[in-house]
Amino acid sequence: MLKNKKFLEEQASYCVDRLINKLGATDCEVVVANAVSETIEFRNKKIESSDRSDTLAIGVTSYIGKRKSSTSLSYIDKKNTDMMLEKVIEVTKITPEDQFNELPDKELLIKDYDDLLLFDESEINNQEKIKYLKEVEEEALSNDGIIKTNSSSFSQSKTNFIFQNSLGLSTGYKNSSFSYYTDLLAKKNGSGTERDYEYDSKAFINELMKPNELGKIAAERAIRKLNPKKIKTQSIPIMFEPRIANSLLSTLSSAISGSSFARGTSFLKEKLNKKIFSNDIDIIDDPRIKKSMYSKPFDDEGVSSEKIYLVKDGVLKNLKLGSYYSKMLNMKSNGRSSGLTNTYFTNGKKSCEELKKSLSKYILVTETMGGFGNTTTGEFSCGAAGVYYENGDSYSINNFTLGGKLEDMFMNLVLADDLKFKYSKNSPTALIQEGLIVGGQ
Amino acid sequence: MQKSAIELNNIKSKYIKYMSDFFKNSDLTRNQAETIINDTLITKDDGELYLQDSVVESITLDDGKIKNTSYAKKYGMGLRGVVDDVVAYSHTNSVSKQSLLDASENINSTLKNFKSKHHDNSIRRSNENLYTNHNPINAKSLKEKIQLLHQVDQYLRSKSPLVKQVTASITAEKKFIEIVKSGGATFSDSQPTTSFRASIMMKNGSKNTQGSYANGGRFLFDEYINESNWKKVCDEAFRQAENNLDARKAPAGQMDVVLNNGWSGVLLHEAVGHTLEGDFLYKKSTLFHDKIGEQIANDQITVIDQGNYNGGRRGSLNFDDEAEKTQRNILIDKGKLVGFMHDRLSARLTSNKPTGNGRRQSYQHAPMPRMTNTFMMNGKYSREEMIKSVKKGIYVDALGGGSVDIVSGQFNFTVSNARLIENGELKENVEGATLIGSGSDVIKNISMVGNDLELDNGFGMCGKSGQTVQVGLGIPSCKVAMTVGGSKV
Repeated sequence: MLKNKKFLEEQASYCVDRLINKLGATDCEVVVANAVSETIEFRNKKIESSDRSDTLAIGVTSYIGKRKSSTSLSYIDKKNTDMMLEKVIEVTKITPEDQFNELPDKELLIKDYDDLLLFDESEINNQEKIKYLKEVEEEALSNDGIIKTNSSSFSQSKTNFIFQNSLGLSTGYKNSSFSYYTDLLAKKNGSGTERDYEYDSKAFINELMKPNELGKIAAERAIRKLNPKKIKTQSIPIMFEPRIANSLLSTLSSAISGSSFARGTSFLKEKLNKKIFSNDIDIIDDPRIKKSMYSKPFDDEGVSSEKIYLVKDGVLKNLKLGSYYSKMLNMKSNGRSSGLTNTYFTNGKKSCEELKKSLSKYILVTETMGGFGNTTTGEFSCGAAGVYYENGDSYSINNFTLGGKLEDMFMNLVLADDLKFKYSKNSPTALIQEGLIVGGQ
Repeated sequence: MQKSAIELNNIKSKYIKYMSDFFKNSDLTRNQAETIINDTLITKDDGELYLQDSVVESITLDDGKIKNTSYAKKYGMGLRGVVDDVVAYSHTNSVSKQSLLDASENINSTLKNFKSKHHDNSIRRSNENLYTNHNPINAKSLKEKIQLLHQVDQYLRSKSPLVKQVTASITAEKKFIEIVKSGGATFSDSQPTTSFRASIMMKNGSKNTQGSYANGGRFLFDEYINESNWKKVCDEAFRQAENNLDARKAPAGQMDVVLNNGWSGVLLHEAVGHTLEGDFLYKKSTLFHDKIGEQIANDQITVIDQGNYNGGRRGSLNFDDEAEKTQRNILIDKGKLVGFMHDRLSARLTSNKPTGNGRRQSYQHAPMPRMTNTFMMNGKYSREEMIKSVKKGIYVDALGGGSVDIVSGQFNFTVSNARLIENGELKENVEGATLIGSGSDVIKNISMVGNDLELDNGFGMCGKSGQTVQVGLGIPSCKVAMTVGGSKV
């Protein structure tokens, strides 16, 4: 059973009271979170493992003037909590002062907000989880070429938390997630073995993709990879599937963090309010999407977060800011101390088919390995696999690399109109016509 | 049958140190715990209770200031039951009678339809004492550590005005674990870790470069972080960043690559090591599952995984996270595949003996086969001979991180620092390269193995199925033909 709000509030208030009134902290933030999750792994028609996790954790940040330190602990008992609180104060006293160390401005803190519907009361027991995974496997194995499940799992996770600070804020909510995936092995007519996967994750169980659909997509992907060929080193248009294209948003997220701007380590450092994409590109981060498991009405400092444009008409408009670095940059926190939330490119003007038709040859990248660009140097280099298309003919390719500069990739980016919300970062199919070098034989 | 196995083991281990008594402040007594464990596991093939009490202290200097001091405590227990190839695991941070009963019920419910054939609680006991049980956090005061980080910052910034950012951190972990088997056999260990890392950014005009290096292990603090050691770490981070200031675009395509010794062993770890982990053997998902006894590489290549490697190596353990003794395992002998790395489950399912490779990230995770310290034995060539033999290629003198797809064997690595080789000579620095290939090809394509085996400096972290553990690795310099991904055709 998930711990209730009252219990979590009691723990948090105890820590705040003790830190401020007994131990000499001038300010503090405390988060108390209980997470209960259950996972089933399933393979070859039977359960492979079960895992149950129940944790109660406390995170504390204490301030003495401009000195700051933090601690986290697994909750054991009051005595142990007291010991850790004393420890964090002892460490705070020794930590040097830093003028930007302070709680967020009071007017930025979250007040009332609409219920975002982040918690589904449904309980999916282990038998029901197995039923999902069985159906996925049956569907997958009905595809010619799928030999077996490499791994598959279903998780239900529920969390309840309370955040308090010494400015009197006390807030929190419950959230839930239901996720499942399958990873399949394909092999056909003496080919080598290939694998691919599909997964889905939602806050509400009834919004999950149907198991037969999930099994079918994974099967098609694994079969598509069979009999890969190698390609020659060349310069060629590159198209990224949505599940790969969304990595561009992860790379952007790290390049526009307050820390990388304040510390001067981002290749985009001089680009605020300047063009970094073509006119057609808009990027939005919206923490208030209802029923999305990535929504967060406020960040881990209690700062309210609203929908913002990160990029509008190709121009970088906003950074990812928490309170420390926003103070350093002389800006205001936009409630992104715990990162971006639901981030997406808006749709492009052409359909995916139209984009494809305009190219005589191109590579569709379906998988990448390694990082998706270095946001300090601006270099982009990774391993990849995908499908090669030329004049109506196509075949699977693997074992090639992509190399170029992030700056060029951003500027040359063209998007299709097939945006779907599935991940925390969402992109339509993306085309980069120039600027990437394919390394092969 | 089941009973006698328990009786044989019904002697308390002599290694028990009771450094942290999990039952002292709990309503659960040791005897009650043993009874619940026995009642739960007697009807299973295998399992154990794993308890952990650990504290991590970390201090980070960034941008000339101490950015973060933190002190985190991890405490809890996980009960595991295994029948045939089905594993049930339940963990919580509450060590109490009710929690253990709940865990037991959860495991029984998962496994109720599976019948145990043979309850085995025998353990291959260890006599190792590879590291001291000192507390690495208290080895130096927080003040001294903060002072040291400031010294590091000044040292790196004084090396060049182009150094624009310095991040340095010291992390120390005190970890105490206890494993209780059915029958009451108890094994406890204290596993200290210390590490130091320095990263810098340099800027020349509009060009940004980075360098990063670290050291660490299960050793006394002063042995890792004395003046000559931390300066060496800083010098290497600086060297990487400085070399890239004038680096040109890396070439793309198939070519000869000469890897330097030491950390380049990460290539061996990813491309070969993971594919020889026992769980992939019984699942037949590794491309090497049916290749035991076969020549999979040329006869210069011998690969070892050694969990009882002395000298404070990060991957070393007195016994693994299932209490099995760690040992030296030959994986590839003169090119022939001779063994896999096993935990108790994969050993039983493949009729092998456990090899001491059952590891877990924490009490929140069930163990699985993992590498410890993985390295390739020396060959006969010098690095100079290798470079001389290359007509066109690159010399990699700092490899970054990488990953592998076990099924296809496809791997990739980022290169932090490299130089072109032309007609046997080292030329200019190149940047932005990625190395890719498949594990089965790359071990065949290693054409020269060096005579300069070195283990890494102690900063390897390995992730698998959501669990991260620290590992050691090493390799002599090697020449291998592979695909380099650069941004120049």
